[in-house]
Amino acid sequence: MPASLGTLAARARILKAVRAWFDAQGFLEVDTPARVRSPGQEVHLDAIAAGDGYWLITSPEYHMKRLVAAGCTRIVQIGKCWRADEHGPHHRTEFTMIEWYRAGEPLEALADDCEQLVRVAVQAAGRPPAALGIDAPFVRTTVRELVARHAGIELAGDEDATALRARVAAAGVRPGSATAWDDIFYQLFLDRIEPALARSRPTFVFDWPAPLAALARPKPDDPRVVERFELYAGGLELANAFGELTDAIEQRRRFEDEARLRAERGKAVYPIDEELLAALPAMPATAGIALGFDRLVMFALGATDIADVTAFTAI
Amino acid sequence: MYDTSDIRKGLKIMVDGSPYTVVEFQFVKPGKGAAFTRTKMKNLLTGAVLERNLRSGDKLEPADVETKTMQYLYADADSFIFMDTSTYDQVNIPKATVGDSADFMPENINVEVLFFNGRAVGVSLPNFIEQTVMEAEPGFRGDTATGATKPAKISTGASINVPLFISVGDVIKIDTRTGEYLERVGRA
Repeated sequence: MPASLGTLAARARILKAVRAWFDAQGFLEVDTPARVRSPGQEVHLDAIAAGDGYWLITSPEYHMKRLVAAGCTRIVQIGKCWRADEHGPHHRTEFTMIEWYRAGEPLEALADDCEQLVRVAVQAAGRPPAALGIDAPFVRTTVRELVARHAGIELAGDEDATALRARVAAAGVRPGSATAWDDIFYQLFLDRIEPALARSRPTFVFDWPAPLAALARPKPDDPRVVERFELYAGGLELANAFGELTDAIEQRRRFEDEARLRAERGKAVYPIDEELLAALPAMPATAGIALGFDRLVMFALGATDIADVTAFTAI
Repeated sequence: MYDTSDIRKGLKIMVDGSPYTVVEFQFVKPGKGAAFTRTKMKNLLTGAVLERNLRSGDKLEPADVETKTMQYLYADADSFIFMDTSTYDQVNIPKATVGDSADFMPENINVEVLFFNGRAVGVSLPNFIEQTVMEAEPGFRGDTATGATKPAKISTGASINVPLFISVGDVIKIDTRTGEYLERVGRA
């Protein structure tokens, strides 16, 4: 069902409140290209072709990082992103993302931002905070803690895929035909951890294993994990944040790995974003995050399907 | 073989050696991981419900199951004999396989027989049947509103609780899933 007029009004109020909050924190709202030569390179994100060798962005992160490297310290963008073949109660090929960066600040600052933003959204929606479990501080935990608690597995982050598969299978999870580290991990995650997160108060999950680094930098005191958190609330994956990798050599190596994996799996291989790599050395230590705006509205309104909070469903 | 993109309601697949039918499914994509299909399935032999997260690209073995409309003819010592209504072939199905369904399976009724790897493994009855009461205490006309009931026997030998006004020769409607009397529909 498309959203009712009342829901659309609430969505507009939430958007307005979110913009006002970023403005009050001193963020500069930016507007980067939606049609690019190098969309997100990640193995499990597929871009939609936009003609003449261009693609629609799966996230605005590459251009926003170039702005940070050029001297912007607090920037935010609220705009559309596109991811091919994603359809479901929590997924749309076209959706609205809030992405923001804090240069010179730690990852924890973004978690604090999220707590405030979720409260701002719920207040704008006119819903009682206690009913949504946000009247107390959000839970902060780590991937290792969750895996130990819900699967009884000690996860280091530097074990190879074969060892991980054996441990996951011993815990009673069926990894199916999975041989890649991330595929085995996410089978465990979906079977054991996500159901527990769905029942819990809003929770930040920190310290992701290095094989799930994406664009995050290794933790200085334990490089088997990276500076990354995800925020889960009301059964929704609301946000993903990184202490951004600024090492251009390591970033190039990851892009090349991802390009090779994409080629092996028969997926489109996107050109490596050389302008981003050229800009990285000038980028200060930065924390960056993407939060799904449609899902934030779902959480604030208690909706269970993204279609309930968007005006048109047939996209 | 199927893969996850083939998943839809009613798809019949093998899981751990048993045939299942898909009841519900949902696209999920955790973190920066691969797409999965959260799939709720019902075991076609036991009715047990199972949920599995099937990763995109996982292969699924089709279950060799088929349902045929068959007419129940008669019983012998240890089996029931059915006839395929399209080919007129007859098959024997062990009484244990039919189980309690036999209580509401009068002769000549059409049922759906489930075959797994070519072998009959289950019988499903129509949800409602109409049966003539064969035995019951005499009826009390006019007594339609109190909740009181009495046992009555139908042709299969099963005994069900009916209101006091029902008498021998009445045709009654029965819910085969619960074994409950629903209404009186006429006289035989």
